[in-house]
Amino acid sequence: MTTGWQIATVEAVKTETDRAKTFVLSAPGISRFRPGQHIDIRLTAPDGYQAQRSYSIASPPEDSGVLEVTVELIEDGEVSPYFHEVVRAGDQFEIRGPIGGPFTWQSTEGGPLLLIAGGSGIVPLMSMLRHRSASSAFNIPVLLLYSSRSLDDVIYREELESMAAQDDHLQVDFTLTRQRPDGWSGYERRVDDEMLGEVIEKLGAPRLSYVCGPTAFVESVASALVERGLEADSIRTERFGPSGT
Amino acid sequence: MLSRGFFGKKRPEASRPVPPGQYLEDGFPVLSAGPTPRVDLATWDLTFESDGEVLGKWDWEQLKSLPATDMHVDLHCVTKWSKHDTDWRGVSIDDLFEAAGITDPPGDYVMAYSDGGYTTNLPTEDLLDGKALIAYEYDGEPLEPAHGGPVRLFVPHLYLWKSAKWIRGLRFMEQDAPGFWEAYGYHMYGDPWKEQRYIGD
Repeated sequence: MTTGWQIATVEAVKTETDRAKTFVLSAPGISRFRPGQHIDIRLTAPDGYQAQRSYSIASPPEDSGVLEVTVELIEDGEVSPYFHEVVRAGDQFEIRGPIGGPFTWQSTEGGPLLLIAGGSGIVPLMSMLRHRSASSAFNIPVLLLYSSRSLDDVIYREELESMAAQDDHLQVDFTLTRQRPDGWSGYERRVDDEMLGEVIEKLGAPRLSYVCGPTAFVESVASALVERGLEADSIRTERFGPSGT
Repeated sequence: MLSRGFFGKKRPEASRPVPPGQYLEDGFPVLSAGPTPRVDLATWDLTFESDGEVLGKWDWEQLKSLPATDMHVDLHCVTKWSKHDTDWRGVSIDDLFEAAGITDPPGDYVMAYSDGGYTTNLPTEDLLDGKALIAYEYDGEPLEPAHGGPVRLFVPHLYLWKSAKWIRGLRFMEQDAPGFWEAYGYHMYGDPWKEQRYIGD
């Protein structure tokens, strides 16, 4: 783990959805990380005030010299509106990392791999999927179950669909909880036990499961997986956002 | 370095400052590395041990029969949020020492261990003199499982990962040793006011 602050330069900004943007950072000091890890970002105002936040890395470690973070806009937030409204290519800020615990996966750990994302919880899982492709670990079976409010809210949709189309061992299932386009053939409800049963049936018993999303989502999905008989220590979780309690 | 165009959100005058790098949060976020374990109070117990010797052991009824201590404190999580004015109830480690007849701390360090396999290390003195609880109530209600219920360690002057959720025991040690997050590079002590987030801070 690298612990000192260093300067990162924004190389490009990509719009993913109305509420998610990706920032491509050149950060020569961060060369080695494991998919699933995050970085801390520190911003400084003219009056000396500083704000720090953690953002998951979306890119794979195979991309040398650059890393990508995808930032979801939190309406009343302090840092994400700044990223969405102000930050442009050429800007610089301080980062440190990589940081993270067991919520990481490398292709050497194998599979079958069950990935379950709620909303922007897809970001660290995307780093794992991109790493699997970049390391040509196409023989490792993976199933991604990704819950979003609507099709327009699905981050990395084209890339995920194209990955799955070219890969016999990668299955991607979307569920849309609020709004569906006409003719939608995917799931259309919150992730529940029945849905988990179906995806596990398709994948085969997962050796490792990664669940990332809002607290309530992760609590319910991880508990349901335990109820289904998966070993608790084969389920790795990352929660974000206030629980509201 | 200045961040172009960053001024921070209009911040209401906080009644008191938060530690460096922290922001004030109204909600109560949850962080844990795996599924929330289901703890059955009928079989739950808490063990204090040293060198394989049991120094004290309490089941749920025995813990509840000990004097309760209330703490009104601020919380600081290493993931950057702080929360002011929270209320906790539990049994102080001092009272547990007294109940077990422990007069001298059995080691300078402690490894706290939990259901689900979590561990975290602390200096023993940081648990004494009213600084720490074995907590079972938050805000007047039984502690929820996601927040470490039914029973968690509570050491609010350190970052919250030191307050082991789903606590099952304290293992006293002569030498300090890293627990779960500490082995991943988080700080061995974790003082929020010194911003000791990671190794080397």
